[in-house]
Amino acid sequence: MANSTLTKQRSTAFKSTVALKSAMAVTGGILVLFLIVHMYGNLMIFGGQEVFDEYSHHIRVIGEPMLPPEGALWIIRIVLLASVLIHAYAAFTLWARARRARPAGQRYQTRRKPVQQTYASRTMRWGGVILALFVIYHILHLTTNNIAPGGASDSPYERVVNGFQIWWVLLTYLIAMIAVGFHLRHGIWSATQTLGANKASRQRVLNITATAIALVITVGFLIPPFSVFFGLVS
Amino acid sequence: MNITLRVWRQKGRGDEGRMVTYKVEDVSQDMSFLEMLDVLNEKLTLAGEDPVAFDHDCREGICGACGVVINGVAHGPETTTTCQLHMRSFKDGDVIDVEPWRAKAFPVIKDLVVDRGAFDRIIQAGGYISAPTGTAPDAHANPIPKADADRAFDAATCIGCGACVAACPNASGMLFTAAKVTHLGMLPQGQPERAARVVKMVNQHDEEDFGGCTNIGECAAVCPKGIPLDTISQLNKDLLGALASGKL
Repeated sequence: MANSTLTKQRSTAFKSTVALKSAMAVTGGILVLFLIVHMYGNLMIFGGQEVFDEYSHHIRVIGEPMLPPEGALWIIRIVLLASVLIHAYAAFTLWARARRARPAGQRYQTRRKPVQQTYASRTMRWGGVILALFVIYHILHLTTNNIAPGGASDSPYERVVNGFQIWWVLLTYLIAMIAVGFHLRHGIWSATQTLGANKASRQRVLNITATAIALVITVGFLIPPFSVFFGLVS
Repeated sequence: MNITLRVWRQKGRGDEGRMVTYKVEDVSQDMSFLEMLDVLNEKLTLAGEDPVAFDHDCREGICGACGVVINGVAHGPETTTTCQLHMRSFKDGDVIDVEPWRAKAFPVIKDLVVDRGAFDRIIQAGGYISAPTGTAPDAHANPIPKADADRAFDAATCIGCGACVAACPNASGMLFTAAKVTHLGMLPQGQPERAARVVKMVNQHDEEDFGGCTNIGECAAVCPKGIPLDTISQLNKDLLGALASGKL
């Protein structure tokens, strides 16, 4: 390695752990922006059935007639899917690497005591897997409506209201949104550090910002389902 | 005070190791952790047994030779080197677990001694400046802003003990690598090779089979020299910059 040329060194570095982390940071950032817009859209449920269904329809006709029907939607979907796939690929590659770096037989005999690590940072990997499974369930539930607890409907508003009157549906979403909150709490902070934005003087502010964004997104997503469950939206 | 130690014993590279229990009696609170191990070793030697092998040199917290995981924390309960940890941090009757650093890149040589040659090879890959030899330049010839000089100095205090790797859940050596990248990157002498340095050092880090950094921060929390976590952010920034510009 020490003698190889700089050009070769550069192309190797494109596959380094730092490059993989950066890919995770950028794709994670795209997904966070999406979540903010998604959360904002969900809150339109308080405008009533007509407003919410019109919002859902509007997403499908953005850019018409410049774009075909659902054109903009599919562009967004492809960007999101690519982001998720890159994010997951990098995550699994780094996960495997970390396991190799301290292989079986070289593990600690005594349980290591966490010094300052957060619960959020410890649960990123399995938390991410749980979130991926939740996203599949969520799309089958509210987008394609293959899973239709409480009854299927052509109206997105009715799908939401039918679903979230059932306690276990609410519970699955509650657990998933708390998982999202923890994932974002560490993810947003970690992304800023990975992309080189952290400085000692800024570290506290970055951490507070990450917690704030995670909290706003989690609470924002949970307001509509709870409102349905408690009969504020029907 | 009387202490019960559970120590990792391993005859050599590749051998099976195990935790062995020893009783150490009449330990003074003023002893350092290593002096307590010395007492144990004298006892073992008198009994005709093999003493516990551990790395140490200066015993004043500046060389980076010593370091073991004590009760699950690298360098034990105080944020310092193992040699500067004293028995007053423990209580009479305590059971103390002692293990070597554990990482694929740090294979155990014997008992608590690990081979940290991987760190040397990371430094060899680019952790230096190609300075011309000759008489020492005038100290004022290269003015450096105070903030940069301070940051460089803070990063330069890394003693390469390896606690960052031992504490990291991913067994990543990123804090060590980042300390050197930041140290030289803040100074004018480090500029000509700055982009090439970070690329070469990160490649070597990965080649040594260290894990990737996930910004959990256990490394900085146990670092006896208090190397800040933001050095890793500096390394990331330098690497991404080097990859984007292509000017190595």
